[in-house]
Amino acid sequence: MPSSLLTSTARRLGGALVLFWLVLTLTFALVRLAPGDPAAFLIPPTATPADAARVRAALGLDQPLLVQYAHWAADMLRGDLGTSFSLGRPVGSVLREALPVSIGLGAASLLLTFLVGVPLGLLQAAWHGRRADRAITMLSTAVYAAPTFWLALALVAVFTYGAATWGLPPALRLPAFGLRTPGATASGTAALLDVIRHAILPVGILAAVGAAGIARYARASAVELAGEDFIRTARAKGASPRAVTYRHLLRNLWPPLIVLFALALPGVVAGSVFVESVFAWPGMGRVMLSAIAARDYPLVLGATSAYAAIVILANLSAEVLLPIVDPRRAR
Amino acid sequence: MTKGSRTARTPWGPLATLVAIALGAILVPMLAAQDPLAIGDVLARRLLPPLSRGPEGSVHLLGTDGFGRDVFVRAMLGGRLSLAVGVAGSILAGAAGTLVGAVAAWRGGVTDRLTMGLADVLLSVPRLVLLLVCAALWAPGVTTVIVVLVATGWMGVARLVRAEVQGVRSRAYIDAAVALGSSEWRTLFRHALPNALAPAVVATTLGVGNAVLLESGLSFLGLGVQPPAPSWGNMIAGGREVIVTSPWVSLAPGLLLIVTVVASTLLGDWLQARLGMRDTGYGLRDADQRTSIV
Repeated sequence: MPSSLLTSTARRLGGALVLFWLVLTLTFALVRLAPGDPAAFLIPPTATPADAARVRAALGLDQPLLVQYAHWAADMLRGDLGTSFSLGRPVGSVLREALPVSIGLGAASLLLTFLVGVPLGLLQAAWHGRRADRAITMLSTAVYAAPTFWLALALVAVFTYGAATWGLPPALRLPAFGLRTPGATASGTAALLDVIRHAILPVGILAAVGAAGIARYARASAVELAGEDFIRTARAKGASPRAVTYRHLLRNLWPPLIVLFALALPGVVAGSVFVESVFAWPGMGRVMLSAIAARDYPLVLGATSAYAAIVILANLSAEVLLPIVDPRRAR
Repeated sequence: MTKGSRTARTPWGPLATLVAIALGAILVPMLAAQDPLAIGDVLARRLLPPLSRGPEGSVHLLGTDGFGRDVFVRAMLGGRLSLAVGVAGSILAGAAGTLVGAVAAWRGGVTDRLTMGLADVLLSVPRLVLLLVCAALWAPGVTTVIVVLVATGWMGVARLVRAEVQGVRSRAYIDAAVALGSSEWRTLFRHALPNALAPAVVATTLGVGNAVLLESGLSFLGLGVQPPAPSWGNMIAGGREVIVTSPWVSLAPGLLLIVTVVASTLLGDWLQARLGMRDTGYGLRDADQRTSIV
């Protein structure tokens, strides 16, 4: 048994690596075949064509595309992501600063998403068809339809303009920009509290949209499960409603939810682009946008490979998790 | 919404809402007294709150923006682009996915492995990241947004249709069609595909809301529809600087967008129930394909 698990995991890992490489190659092609010259962003407008050619040569852009690909691939295999054109720093170190911000934002929101969304969906399923259920469905559909940047702007309006106008207590005047209070010298607990205060709006917005989606999913699954034969059997044999809910219904509900948790992380991390943009957070979104604007090929490729790695790892962990949480799926 | 016991009622509310928004988007800019793009007497007109009167006595239903342009008229004009891009992006992506999925299932072998491999590769990058890379590297604009929405949106439908076509290809009526001399492609497009379309139709309908959201996101970041042409996304971005003092400039187009997306989601939900498909409750922003939170 363990040996078969080992070989299947090894096969999955191999497949994931191949997939990762194909994604990187596709991104390389997409980025390099697009019009636009990165050298144009690095030289003053008065520079001569000879200067431009020198910059291009220094960046290796004068070589044939296949040669560039070979160089880039060799560097990647050594774990070298290259040097950012626009920042002049190693891509690896830029990503090491930005990734924790976005992953932290994504993970915190996702945790909150499930902590709020799943119980809400289950409550709705329990109230299935009643007015409360319909009202929450309407609300979650609307929140799920709202762009996060719009929600962010609306909440900024409420918590800055509104808080001042309506005289909300200072504790509710949440900071609308940045990750820390500028110039703050606090450390330890005070610094952590400062970050948390800054994180309430961004995390809350991503979690609200996510929770609306998860509530829809949890409600639909629970309603569907409640109509299954094994639930009727459990009731018929005299199991208490409590036992039916916890032993039979939830036991079947949570495996797909755990898998969904793994699968949802990449989308939330990528989706934080907008919230990061509104709240001026120094995360992956900002890196990605400025890198694209500057035709900073190494940084675009590095950031995309980080996103792809997150997706592929999430898929892999979902595949590994599913048989563990749902024995029926174990082969 | 609900499944099983109660049959799905025709969603007149969402339908009427969508028709009203579409009609408004077509008619209001044509009938408007003031050119929604022209910048006139900025000082007299800028940032008037909703329902206030301009210098000529005309009422500004949703107020005016920082350039003194009527927000309602602009939001309706923006609705043209946002709706057109959303509907075109979603339908074209659905059509492309249907074609790819059907051919992959029908031909099998190398065609199947190549196309599904490409779908796997594209699904391994969050759609938003793909959109950003593609939209930003090519000249931003309406055409680019549509092309990019299609290029990054066909995979989910392709997988759905492929599974359906594989399911119907061993049915007796397919054998019958072949026995009656129907050619390979005719069998696929006349007999197999029509019986495999339901999930594609649902996914495409639910995809409209998703495409509208993605377009607004790209335009918000300045990578989609370019000002002065209004779209809901770039109007929201345009009101960013005055969000604290004149929130209606950003919030009004966003409300219109939310109403549109909700209506199209309810329509998709209804279609899903109507076609007897499993309600995953996770339709919007996800049609077998996990997309990013916009």
